[in-house]
Parts: sequence; structure tokens; C-alpha cells
Amino acid sequence: MSLHTLTIHQLREKLRRGEVSSREATQAVIDRIAAIDSKLKAYLWLNTDDALAQADAIDRAGIAKNGKLLGGIPVAIKDVINVEGQPCTCGSKILKGHTSVYDATAIKRLREAGAVLLGRTNMDEFAMGSSTENSSWGVTRNPWDLERIPGGSSGGSAAAVTADEAIAALGSDTGGSIRQPAALTGCVGLKTTYGRVSRYGLVAFASSLDQIGPFTKTVADGALMLRAIAGHDASDSTSVPQPVPDYTAALDRGVKGLRVGMPKEYFIEGMDREVEAAVRTAIKRLNELGAEVVEISLPHADYAVAVYYLVATAEASANLARFDGVRYGLRVPGEDVIDMYGKTRGAGFGEEVKRRIILGTYALSAGYYDAYYLRAQKVRTLIRRDFEQAFAKCDVVVAPTTPTPAFKIGEKMDDPLQMYLSDIFTIGANLAGICGVSIPCGFTSQPKLPIGMQILGKPFDEETILRVAHAYEQGTEWHRQKPAL
Amino acid sequence: MQYEAVIGLEVHVQLKTRSKMFCGCSTEFGAAPNTQACPVCLGYPGVLPVMNEEAVRKTILTGLMFGSKVTEFSKWDRKNYFYPDMPKNYQISQYDLPLCRGGAVQIGNKAVGVTRIHLEEDVAKSFHFETTSGVDFNRAGTPLMEIVSEPDIRSPDEAFAYLTALKEILISGGVSDCDMEKGQLRCDANVSVRPVGQKGFGEKIEIKNMNTISGIRRALAYEVQRQTAALEKGEKLQQETRRWEEAAGKTLVMRTKEYAHDYRYFPEPDLMPVTVNDALLEQVRKHLPELPEAKRRRFVKQYGLPEYDAGVLVASAALASYYERAAANSKNPKAISNWVMTELLARLAETKCDIGESPIAPERLTELVAAVDAGQISGKMAKDVFAEMFASGKSATTIIKERGLVQLSDTSAIEAFVDQAIAANPKSVADYRAGNAAAINFLKGQVMRLSQGKANPQLVGGILERKLKES
Amino acid sequence: MPDMDISYIAHLARVELSEAERSKFAAQLKDILAYVAKLNELDVSNVEPTAHATPLTNVFRKDEVRPSIEIEKVLKNAPEQARDLFIVPKIVE
Repeated sequence: MSLHTLTIHQLREKLRRGEVSSREATQAVIDRIAAIDSKLKAYLWLNTDDALAQADAIDRAGIAKNGKLLGGIPVAIKDVINVEGQPCTCGSKILKGHTSVYDATAIKRLREAGAVLLGRTNMDEFAMGSSTENSSWGVTRNPWDLERIPGGSSGGSAAAVTADEAIAALGSDTGGSIRQPAALTGCVGLKTTYGRVSRYGLVAFASSLDQIGPFTKTVADGALMLRAIAGHDASDSTSVPQPVPDYTAALDRGVKGLRVGMPKEYFIEGMDREVEAAVRTAIKRLNELGAEVVEISLPHADYAVAVYYLVATAEASANLARFDGVRYGLRVPGEDVIDMYGKTRGAGFGEEVKRRIILGTYALSAGYYDAYYLRAQKVRTLIRRDFEQAFAKCDVVVAPTTPTPAFKIGEKMDDPLQMYLSDIFTIGANLAGICGVSIPCGFTSQPKLPIGMQILGKPFDEETILRVAHAYEQGTEWHRQKPAL
Repeated sequence: MQYEAVIGLEVHVQLKTRSKMFCGCSTEFGAAPNTQACPVCLGYPGVLPVMNEEAVRKTILTGLMFGSKVTEFSKWDRKNYFYPDMPKNYQISQYDLPLCRGGAVQIGNKAVGVTRIHLEEDVAKSFHFETTSGVDFNRAGTPLMEIVSEPDIRSPDEAFAYLTALKEILISGGVSDCDMEKGQLRCDANVSVRPVGQKGFGEKIEIKNMNTISGIRRALAYEVQRQTAALEKGEKLQQETRRWEEAAGKTLVMRTKEYAHDYRYFPEPDLMPVTVNDALLEQVRKHLPELPEAKRRRFVKQYGLPEYDAGVLVASAALASYYERAAANSKNPKAISNWVMTELLARLAETKCDIGESPIAPERLTELVAAVDAGQISGKMAKDVFAEMFASGKSATTIIKERGLVQLSDTSAIEAFVDQAIAANPKSVADYRAGNAAAINFLKGQVMRLSQGKANPQLVGGILERKLKES
Repeated sequence: MPDMDISYIAHLARVELSEAERSKFAAQLKDILAYVAKLNELDVSNVEPTAHATPLTNVFRKDEVRPSIEIEKVLKNAPEQARDLFIVPKIVE
């Protein structure tokens, strides 16, 4: 039995019954990584001794057997989340050789749940990108077509889960960085309500938009991961003291009586025909399962990308100021401190990061703050209100996750604006702070590439989006299909 | 043409909290470098700030003490600039919605307006070597309260008075120890000069690097004089930042490179706003101390002290407290005040102790004064007793007993000494009777000598006069 | 809106750009700014900016001392250190 192909639930069952040990499961995943990761490059760092030592400790303590949520399950971590003693480069040269000195809260919670922290996955530098091509360490390839991108910024985590190089993984979503790669690689990616999961230990890109979330092979697995990491954290002032329900308990309630909103602005000219068709078919399927479908409007959807590229870059320009060669990270010597800053940041940051820092700094600068940053935050309010009004008419909003399937490596690198526009369907949910999950809903024909649809829900209503996603998933076979690697 | 100075002061005060503004590291002074730091105050990637409740309360208390309006809704902002002592290269501060607005500090008859009071985090400390600098992050993240005054100050002396009064209020409220040597209070000044009668302000020049309150007075005196002289020569002044050089006694222009700042303020996404309702204000009000001004007036009224005495005694909370304990059970608070202001303070200054270390407890002083008032010892004798009390820590009663100093007030005994003195000094007696009133002093002295200093001088005087008149 | 002064903004951000980067970014950012200008189509005169996603206030912690981290961890990633201090080129006031 190829243990690495199992889901969390399947592996957990075997671990609990004592059929397999955590060590065996971890070894199976390590072997899989050794076999194929040279083709994929999903991983940046993997200390097999450390992972196996964790697994052994879990086996010795009987943790997998005694009911811990993720006892003995190997989970990969996006290289933007701090794990004490491990490197943390955020896909950037400026943090080459940097070692974390503390655990992120989400990591603490994974440890408490008994998970094995596997290795660190590739990403667009500082989470800025939609293809993982902005990584300083090379691109990760889409398991379904090695000439194509896996999406970004959490491309490594998505590819790892899809290719069975991890049973589950953590990523982060600021403008779609979990949902978009999940859609392009054919796995489940969950972005939680802002404030649902602690950001403490997540290297910040855009503080008012970032959230940590899981990549899994099934919706039920996602619910389990969420239960493990969600909850208020005193170290994060933006985390909300909302109780954490048992997300797995609500999964099987079906969709009868639920209203599914279809936003007309998310079915646009120029989107891939097959993507559109697959999502429409999926929505029809939800209708067949008992959901009512209503057309809704998100009138300011067209402005979301513009808002994002002002607000997120402004916040990022401040968040990335700390990378200056003084206390950690790369230092390029200079004649004086200012020279050192300029040279260090010039050499350490990649092109996309520099571009966004310049844009964000400009949006905040004297004379331009009102016209750019302030105006963008006001339009953000309008986008938030759009969703509030939509949720008066429906319980969940269903839409395509991306306008096209995975594009070819290099295809959009020369046109940043084109790259930004690929986030057009995911960004709104971050700006509004609501929750969303992307699940597989089909494939394109030639070549065979995954198509994802996203289910967006009201703040703190992850239960309902997971319930809808689960109902759909259980009636289809998309999630069982694996790439030929 | 007459010119007047227009001065505004920006004071940064480190709050007396146990932990830092946004993390739990200790704020204790004097620790070894970088031993009071954590990922948050080091600005490590991925960290987040969490507000120290006590720092907010102390700031609200300060607003109440200054009569400011405590804003119902205030928020945090990022102030963006790069410097090695900045862990994040932005400082979390308050821009457009500070915790307090308005208020004033009373100096004598004048009220110096306060524009605003806000909270922010302190920066790290740098040490400078030959070709490098070293940064210690122990101080980074300490809660820092910024108090901005209106440009109401018109002279270096007024500035001195403002800072002294401000310190006293903050100390009495337990908000800060305001020790400038420890960097707990820092002050920058904005100085301009204009012709008297002109409504508009002259060019505002910022002065930094003043490290003591007297230094501030000196720096301001220099700068006002410099600007006045320049204007008189017809020179045009421009906005700049200058550095006070204490040793040279002058201000010099600083390199402007780092000081042309575009701070790019924007609301801090990692921190939620602060709302202050009546309930919170009431809780904070409970900690309002009696302010120095009110205490002074009370001392005048309650203890019947002259304004000057009251002023001296309320100069420090500790001194005022000492006095009140001594005066509590005394029938003669004025005498207590005299002893404290002259003998006690002088002796403490000599031995470089402060009032908290006084070897004479307040109750012992009460006892001493009572002994004098009861006629047990003379005032002159009391000074000796006081000296021994200070040196030995013994009570007045013990010393009087041990040295057998009880004043002689037995009139028959005194009469005997008086008779002796009169008999032994016929010339003085004759002088006195001839009309030289001062001759009695010599005879008094003789009686004191005969009684080994113990005779009650008032009684001696009375008895001598009577007997001299007799014959 | 006049063109962005890239050299000035790069200086504010303390990022040294090459000549090539400067001209490349100038062109790209011009396009991006032209795109974001569509926000001007909207009337936002009566709209409050979104400061925070959640309406929490007064998120405090008690004034209690928590252990700092060991100095080895503090200095672990320091590019240059001496006498337990982070060393940088001399700061001139």
C-alpha cells in the first residue's frame, strides 16, 4: 500500500488501528519526494533525519493512537512560516541562511495536534506572485504538466500535496495564493476568514489580507486541518475570539435548502471556455443536489485588482522594510549605513518584490496618499459591502477560481499587469475578509489540466463552505485523479 | 527693534511599566546588552505587536493630570523611516488620532498649553566606536509617551519651569521616574524669534541633543541669542535642525540627509484602535494623585504655613510625605517645617542622602519639637540633640535622658544661679542699672554657664530682670 | 498625474536599482498606474476607508514581564556582531 497516496483521514485510520507507524508513513512520503521532486522542485528544504525523529517520537508516545487530531501525519510547510530551528527564506535571497528562532502559532498548534513537520516548500518571493516563478530558488512545476506553472504564491505546497509528496501542507493566501494554486494543481485549498487563524509567525506581506491555510487532498481533510490551527491567539491582535467549531461534524449535512449565488461579474469575456463550462456544470450539480441557485451581482468586482495592488503593496513596502542587513539576513557592505541598506535590498530582493515595494512606497508618499492608498481603502469598503449585500441573498457564492488553467512557465513574466489579472477572481475575498475554498471541478481536454471552483462564504462561516464543497466532492471523482509522475 | 522668543517643547517620556509597549520583555534599566529582547522587539520576520494596557492607562492618567481631553477613539499608525536603531524601520506611533488632546502645565501664573499626548515605541540604543556602531535592543519597544507643547514658552527660564513642573506631575502620578540621566525623559525644542507685536511666527528651528534640564535652558538661551543676532543683521533664517553641543556651548547644523523625512504615515493594520469610555476613565481617575499645586495650597491652609515654606516642602512627593507624617501629631507644624527646611535638608545634602534615607524618622522630629515646646530643652540645645539624632539614629528622649540635658525650669534653682551671677558681677549689674540694657546679656550668659547650659533661657531672663529691678 | 520619480521613491525605500531596472520599472509602473486609475471612476465621497477587516477594539495584554530570548538566539542571524551588540557601519549624527 502506497502510504503517501493516502488522505489524512485514511492514514489516520491506519495509524489509530496500529496497522502502520508514523515512521512508515513519513518514510513513504520521503521516498516519494526522493523519487520525483527533482522534476517538480516543490521542496526547498527537507531534513529527513529530523522528520523521522519526530515520527519516532510520536510513535513512542502513542500519539497517533490516542486520538490527537493529526497524530503522526506528515505535513509540509510553506517557506514563509516560522518553524524554530529551521531555515526560513520566504523564497528570497535576502534571507538565505536565515534560521527561525521561534515557532509560528499555527506550527505550535500543528505540533500539539501531533503532526510531523515535514519540510519547507517553494513559493513566490515574499508571497508576491501567482506562479512561483518569482522564487529566487527556481520555479516549481505543475505535476500535471511539467512545462506549466503550479500557481502561486504557494506553488510548492500545492504541488507537493497533489503529487503525494505530503499528506497535507500549509500555505498562505493574501490575494489568492492558496486557492489559485489549488485550482491549477487539482487539490483543495482553503483561505479562512481574516482573523480565524493566527498570523503570528507568518512573515507578513499584506497585514490586513494575509491568512495561513491548508492544502489537502479532500475537503474533509481540510476541515480537520482547520480545526487544528484555527482559534484566537493572544500574540495576534487581529485574531478574533470566535470559538472553533468541529468543522468535520457539519460536513455531511448536504446542500438542501442552501442558496448558491452565481456572481455574473465572475463569468467574463476572455476566460477559458472549458473553465467556464466546468464551473457552470458544477453549479448545476449543486442544484441537482438540492441547492437553490440565484444570480447575484458584485458590482465592484472589476476594481478589486486595482485596489489590491495599491493596498497590498503599500502594506508590503512597510513590512519588508525590516530586511536591511542589520539584525538578520543578507548584508552587502556599504560605505555607510544608507549605502548598506540600498545595496543589500537591491541585491537581496528579486524583481517583482522591488517593483511592488516601489509601487507601495509611491502609493503612500506625500502628495499621493489620498489619491492612491486612501482611495483604494475606500473602494475596498465598497467591495466588502458588495459581499455583505450578496450574502443577504445567498448562503455561499460559487465562482471559478481562475480565468484560465495553468499557463506555461515564462508566458506572463514580461507583463506584470497580465500576471496580476490572473488573480481577478480570488482577490475580492481577501479584500472583504471572507472565507473561501477552492476544490477541483473538472479538467481541460488538451492538455489535461485541473479546473477549480471556489466556494466563498460569510465571515466565520467556514462550516457552510466546507459543507457545500464536501457535498459536491463526494458526488464526483475529480479529487481521486492523480497526475502521472 | 525688540525681539521675542517663541519656544515649543517636545518631550518624550519613558513610561514606568514593567514590560515593553508591544511585547513582554522587561523594561528594567541597566541590563547587559541584548538580554531584554525577543523576536517582537527585534523586528524578526513574522512577529506582531500586542498593546500594553498599563501604558495606555498611564497615558490617559497623564491627560487627566494635564486637564487634556482624552479622545474616545484613538488609533495607531506606522511612521516609516530607516535607521539602525529601528527594528522594523517603521515606528508604531499615533498620527491623526492621539490618545489625548489639549491640556496645560501651570508655571507660576502662566499656563503653557499642551497640544497633544500620544503613545509610541522607543527605539534601540546605539554605541559608537571608531569605524562602526553597535546596537543594543534592550530599549527598543519601551513605551514612550510624547507630550507636545503649544509654542507658548517665551524664555529659557519658562522652559526650565515648564519641564520642572511637568516632571513633578509625572512623578507624582507614578507615570515615569523622569530620570534624564537614564534617558527616561528626553526633550527637543522648536525655537523661533520674531519682532515683538508680530502675529506670525518666524522660521522654526529644531534643537536636539539637550541632555539635562539646565542644558536645555543654556541651549535655548544660546539659540535665542543666535537667531536674534542673525535677524538684527538682516540675515534670513531657514528651517533646519541643529544640535546642541554642551562642551562648546553652541548649536550646530545637523546633516540634513536623514532629516528630510516623508514618513508615509498609514493606519497600523496589526493593531486595533483604542476606545475610552466613561467606565475606563473612572477607573483611571482613581489613580489621580494630589498634584503639587493643590498640595501646596493645602499645606498653606492646613498647616498654616507661609507660601514659601509650602513651596519648598511640596517640591518632592517624598519630602511632602515626610513633612506630613512629622506634622500629623504635632501642635507646632510651623516649627516642624522650620526644622525640615533648615536643619534636615542641610544635613541630608551634606551627607548626600535623600529624604527617603533620613536617619531621623518623621515621628522623631515630632518628638524633638514637642520637647522644645514643653520647655524640656532650649532651642539651642535642640540643635545639638538634632545633630546626635542624625548621627546615631537615637530618639530625642533617649539623648536628653542619656546626657542629662533636661532643661532646668525649677525657678528656685534658677534663682540661686541668678543670685550667684549678680553677686559675682557687680560691674555688669551697675551698668544695667545705669541704663545699659544690653548688660543683661552678659549676666544671662553667666547664669547659663553656672547652670551648665541647662537653665531655661526664658525663665533666666525673667528672673534676672526681676531681681535686677529689685535692689 | 505626473510620472513617478523612480529614483526618489527608490531612495525612500532604500532599494538600489540598476539603470536597467529603473527604466524597465518606469515603463511597467506607468502601465500599472494607468490601470489603477480606474478607481477614479468611482464616487467615494461618502465612503469610509476600510481600516481593519474586523471591528475589534481595546485588544490589550496585561503589563507582565515574559522571559526574553537567550542572547544566542537574539544574535543567531546577525550579519555582524561584537560585544553582544549588532554591528553596523558607523552612524554619523
